Amino acid sequence: MNLDFSPEEVAFRDEVRTFITENYPKELAGVGTREDLSRDEFLAWHKILGKKGWSVPAWPEKYGGTGWTSTQRYIWSEENARVDAIMPLPFGVAMVAPVIYTFGTEEQKKEYLPGIRSGDVWWCQGYSEPGAGSDLASVKTTAVRDGDEWVINGQKTWTTLAQFADWGFFLCRTDPTAKKPQEGISFILVNMKTPGVEVRPIKLIDGGHEVNETWLTDVRVPVGNLVGKENEGWTCAKFLLAHERSGIAGVARSKRGVEKLRAIASEELIDGKPLIQSGDFARKISQLEIDLTALEFTELRTLAAESAGKGPGPESSILKIKGTEIQQRLTELTLEAVGNYAAPYTAGMEPDGSNERGVGPDHSNFTAETYFNMRKTSIYGGSNEIQRNIISKMILGL
Amino acid sequence: MDFNFTEEQGMIRDSLSRLIREQYDFDTRRKVVASKEGWRPAMWAQFAELGLLMAPFSEEDGGLGGGPIDAMVVMEEFGKGLVVEPYLPSVVCGGGFLKRGSDAQKAEHLAGIMSGEQIFAFAYAEPRGRYNLSDLETTAKKEGAGFSINGHKAVVIGAPWATHFVVTARTSGGRRDAKGVTVFVVAKDAKGVSTRDYPTVDGRRASEVYFENVSVSAEAVVGEVDNGLPLVELVTDEAIAALCAEACGAMKVAHEMTVEYSRNRKQFGTAIGKFQVLQHRMVDMFMEHEQSVSMTYMATLKVDEDEVTRKKAASAAKVRIGQGGRFVGQQAIQIHGGMGMTDELAVGHYFKRLTMIDAEFGNVDYHLKRYTDLSAIDLPVAAE
Repeated sequence: MNLDFSPEEVAFRDEVRTFITENYPKELAGVGTREDLSRDEFLAWHKILGKKGWSVPAWPEKYGGTGWTSTQRYIWSEENARVDAIMPLPFGVAMVAPVIYTFGTEEQKKEYLPGIRSGDVWWCQGYSEPGAGSDLASVKTTAVRDGDEWVINGQKTWTTLAQFADWGFFLCRTDPTAKKPQEGISFILVNMKTPGVEVRPIKLIDGGHEVNETWLTDVRVPVGNLVGKENEGWTCAKFLLAHERSGIAGVARSKRGVEKLRAIASEELIDGKPLIQSGDFARKISQLEIDLTALEFTELRTLAAESAGKGPGPESSILKIKGTEIQQRLTELTLEAVGNYAAPYTAGMEPDGSNERGVGPDHSNFTAETYFNMRKTSIYGGSNEIQRNIISKMILGL
Repeated sequence: MDFNFTEEQGMIRDSLSRLIREQYDFDTRRKVVASKEGWRPAMWAQFAELGLLMAPFSEEDGGLGGGPIDAMVVMEEFGKGLVVEPYLPSVVCGGGFLKRGSDAQKAEHLAGIMSGEQIFAFAYAEPRGRYNLSDLETTAKKEGAGFSINGHKAVVIGAPWATHFVVTARTSGGRRDAKGVTVFVVAKDAKGVSTRDYPTVDGRRASEVYFENVSVSAEAVVGEVDNGLPLVELVTDEAIAALCAEACGAMKVAHEMTVEYSRNRKQFGTAIGKFQVLQHRMVDMFMEHEQSVSMTYMATLKVDEDEVTRKKAASAAKVRIGQGGRFVGQQAIQIHGGMGMTDELAVGHYFKRLTMIDAEFGNVDYHLKRYTDLSAIDLPVAAE
């Protein structure tokens, strides 16, 4: 057991760091994860990485993965977090792609994987419905076989960034007579340009347009768009959720967030002294950092187990729960740190010149919006209560 | 980066785990704890036979060539079995000081620690010093070529079974100064040493140790005169890592017992483990344990790093383990209901041990402050 980087790993870190420094788009430096980015901004780094062959490190090598060890992947995320890189979005790379290369046909792999790898094709996730949130298996959207086509009808919701999407993967009920809600569901790919697909924005409490309602009315897609077996989509759905959880800890990004918080708390004053010198606030940061360290080493242990051949198991639920709690706590403390200047509603000041953005110190902009926005993290990807159900059932056997 | 145990470490774990299972069951432990001696020298001899007492020492020093990770493996198993024998005071603390001592000290004591013939206790705490390692009223005054020690050391764990003490005393400076702390080896049978022995709430034995004009030679000093604090802090951080490992073992068992109990205990016509509110509580216990294991690895793997990194790692681990241990212990009792309150069930004894671990070598508040103070080292200068 040791924490040292081998000479090869040090060389790898230097190579990665140099590549990022030389190639990360200058205009996106420090922009971070703000949600009001354009499609091109979201995809810029993804496309550069696609050309380099580094856009999908976790995939099996034969589909374009890098074959990196868990330590190399750790280094990779650390180095990207250093510049707040806007990483490839998970919907294609980490969600639908693993389902396709695990359950899909050779044809499907050839058809879909290259576009995901390169960043040319944007995917969105059609899982949740107005009546199927945490209780995902109660999907009502139907797909009915008609000759060589599926005819899909229903409504999806919380479709993240669907306004940019080329394709979506949808859970549809294909056997309404199935005995259990988990049975009779199928995993179907839909081109978002297909007639009958309509995406409507949902405005969130932070003012952003991040999620949508997706309406499907007599949407016809080829039968070949089914991934895996008919009526066995729940297998894909569960598999995808486990993959979704494993990257969700966000350790490197949160570490960067703590650095930023410390910087802000060093500039903000309380009774004429830096806020960070107030014992109360400093100890809150310490507790956060300590909790983050616990998460980091839990993730490292999980990665080590994964590279020893174990796929992401129910343990990844811990990473989801603790990772999101920490992200939320981080934005909460950042909000506290900026004091009065949390109030100006940056998203409400349109960048059209009529009301210039930027009231208060730069570091105060978007702090409240980010805090509000991050409440989503303990709800999405299977709420943290669902994650506890998973651990209870799968690990504790209750 | 590597999170695998060596073959030797795996063997240590397996053989110790078997020994505890076969000879350290809960009823046996209760009898031992209630006995006059409070421990089993024969068990200590078996630990020595298994090589546990030699495991963390280098081969040059006559050990098996292991290190802190080996101590971690041993302590985690001790935690699972609520073992009371003094591995932490004697091997981790006593051995931790002496392996950094002079050749003469190594020759005189290290072999004895490894064979189990010498047993050390670490007399550092004082009645008014709380967790501050340099808040010392015990003094060691120059006396000819040696020193004369006077003072009162508090709650010295394992002292009733010890043959020797490692003692911290002030040789110069003011009461809490970092400078002026010196570390001594003192034989328990030295003239002027007296003890008041007592049981602790978690099944161990401890003593108040009094030093009255105890004469020691200059050769009794471990490390440098007046400059002992860095060594004390180093050994204490190693002890914290080992203590965290013990806590992990105890948390694991307390949690498993609770899950098992909830499967069998029926109320309102159903097993209480079917209630979601209790399921989620037990998941939280599970997560506390997992994260404690992570922090224990982290602190153990960082004991050899630079001073600030090492101290922050130890404090971070101690904070997390203090909080996790308290949560797991309290909830284990809660979910066991009235039965958890009884002395006859093992779970309460795990709770008691976890509770006391928080207070050893500094509790959550102490280490949260130490971590914060250490973080402030690289802070920008205050801008008024």
